Amino acid sequence: MQVSKDKQWEMLRTLLLARSFEDALVELCKVQGKIPGMMILCTGQEAVGSGVCAALSPEDVILTNHRSHSHLLAKGADPRTLMAEIYGKATGCNRGKSGTLHLAVPEVNAPCTTTVVGGGLPLAVGFAFAQMYRQERTVTVCFFGDGAADEGSFHEALNLASLWKLPVIFVCENNLYAGAQRYEEHTRVQNVADRAGAYAMPGEIVDGNDALAVYEATRRARERALGGLGPTLIECKTYRCRGHGESDPQHYQPREEIQMWTEKCPLPRLHGEMLAQGLITPQELEALQAEVDRLVQDAVRFAEESPYPEPHEALEDVLVAS
Amino acid sequence: MQQLGMGQAVNQALREEMQRDSRVFIAGEGVGVSIHDSPMLPTAGLLGEFGPGRVKDTPVSEAAIAGLAVGAAAAGLRPVVEIMFNPFFTLASDMIVNHAAKLRYLSGGKSTFPLVIRMKSGAGFGAGCQHSHNLEAWVAHCPGLKVIMPSTPADAKGLLKAAIRDEDPVIFIEDMMLYFAPGPVPEEPYLIPIGKAEVKREGSDVTVVTWSKMLGVAMQAAAQLAEEGIDVEVVDLRTLVPLDKETILQSTRKTGRLVVLHEASRTGGFAGEICAVVMEEAFGSMKAPFRRVTGPDIPVPASPPLERFYIPDATKLVAAVKEIV
Repeated sequence: MQVSKDKQWEMLRTLLLARSFEDALVELCKVQGKIPGMMILCTGQEAVGSGVCAALSPEDVILTNHRSHSHLLAKGADPRTLMAEIYGKATGCNRGKSGTLHLAVPEVNAPCTTTVVGGGLPLAVGFAFAQMYRQERTVTVCFFGDGAADEGSFHEALNLASLWKLPVIFVCENNLYAGAQRYEEHTRVQNVADRAGAYAMPGEIVDGNDALAVYEATRRARERALGGLGPTLIECKTYRCRGHGESDPQHYQPREEIQMWTEKCPLPRLHGEMLAQGLITPQELEALQAEVDRLVQDAVRFAEESPYPEPHEALEDVLVAS
Repeated sequence: MQQLGMGQAVNQALREEMQRDSRVFIAGEGVGVSIHDSPMLPTAGLLGEFGPGRVKDTPVSEAAIAGLAVGAAAAGLRPVVEIMFNPFFTLASDMIVNHAAKLRYLSGGKSTFPLVIRMKSGAGFGAGCQHSHNLEAWVAHCPGLKVIMPSTPADAKGLLKAAIRDEDPVIFIEDMMLYFAPGPVPEEPYLIPIGKAEVKREGSDVTVVTWSKMLGVAMQAAAQLAEEGIDVEVVDLRTLVPLDKETILQSTRKTGRLVVLHEASRTGGFAGEICAVVMEEAFGSMKAPFRRVTGPDIPVPASPPLERFYIPDATKLVAAVKEIV
């Protein structure tokens, strides 16, 4: 089935935005004292967030993980408040409480980012249960990595979601590395998706660098979920082009492997096809790139100019009422 | 007034709140169809009344049960889930400690997590340490959680109803021995506010601060000591977090003496927190060193004489009081 021009534009825009956003972070996090904590990027994996989110409605929920930036931007999070949060500023989407690792944007139904590996999967069961309980026409997507599939929470969540036929789409972003371990060093089954059968749900393997393929797989899983048929496990095969975090020298990743995957970059993959099919002109592509770059520059400026929270604000937001 | 065990009181609270608010559902291992069939148990009869859509029997999956609660609460429901025994908290602890307790903070106050995790606890059944292990101090140490540990059926009912209506995550720990110790429970609807201790016995010579099943031990010891002319005030915390410092301080300033009694083991136990609060804020009023009466620093043993040795009793409390009066 042909993906509409509008959808392709939407995906291309979020791909470019996520890359531009993170390219800015690559430089900003090198400046001493500018950005606190770790910097974990999804460069080269953006087609997963873009493809999945393009297949969702605004009311659908996504739960993401430590490698969250492209998921959140694709779901429609405001780059300004994201960037301000990454800076630790008072204007950040979480008032400085979350930093880059736990960005929560409930206003676009991306209510929490959990960095406990595998932590999102049981939460997805809860969000999807609420959707079913209220008979909503919505689904919950949980993004997780190949490492998370080794956690007990993966097993418990998939089993329960399948048992109750909950409207969940489990999206495994298999970037071939969990920390410093290559996939075959931490998992014996050839594909994470092979495990779906153990939970009586479909397991679909897609090229995670092909936004269109990810979009199509998500659309099918969503239809299934809304039809009352329960969850789907989608494994997006992709690659972690940068280290686990920016301080990771990647000494265990072969140079030629990084090179090979860099050449499979999902951005030219999509705009190359769109150009070839006449869905976008070179001038339009240039303008789109300029537009997202402006958004990112504006976000950086907003973050730079924003104040830090007052120290006593650390005491706020623990409980609703104590 | 009706006489109910704590399980029956909890049952009434669940039933009333489920009738009142369609967002409330319960889930856990055997909350619908249990391996026990007793009207004394907290979820007896609820499946029949509310159906399998709202009374969810789950697989043996504590992380998924707790995750279900956290996600559903964030999405606007009011989950009340059961972790069968307090020691199994460890299996659910990531969802409770890292998620239920922290996600509101991480959202900058945008999200709320109105959920209740009920756990059965307490020694006295000969079940041994993997079923009997009171971990209230662990959860009390996690900012972002409220911790309730009722001592009477009436308190359990009113506090659970308040917990279900509360906007924050609440850990609600029920001592199973209390399921089989009926007490009066008002017939008319009522709530008991979270964070309010209650003086269960007024006295002038020494304050005993306690909670849960140990209230019975405290009352028994107080009666014995009264015969010897020692007037004990018994403060039942009911809620550990938020802690009702005011009631503790008011009592200790009056009596000038403090003994804290809990069943959980000693090192790192919540008695240390109570002692520290009184030390910091009422030292000038105190006439004697504080005492703790607690379980020893061992896992709860199974054999009856060993288990009896573990559980603090009135004799131990009486001895501790006499040391400082």
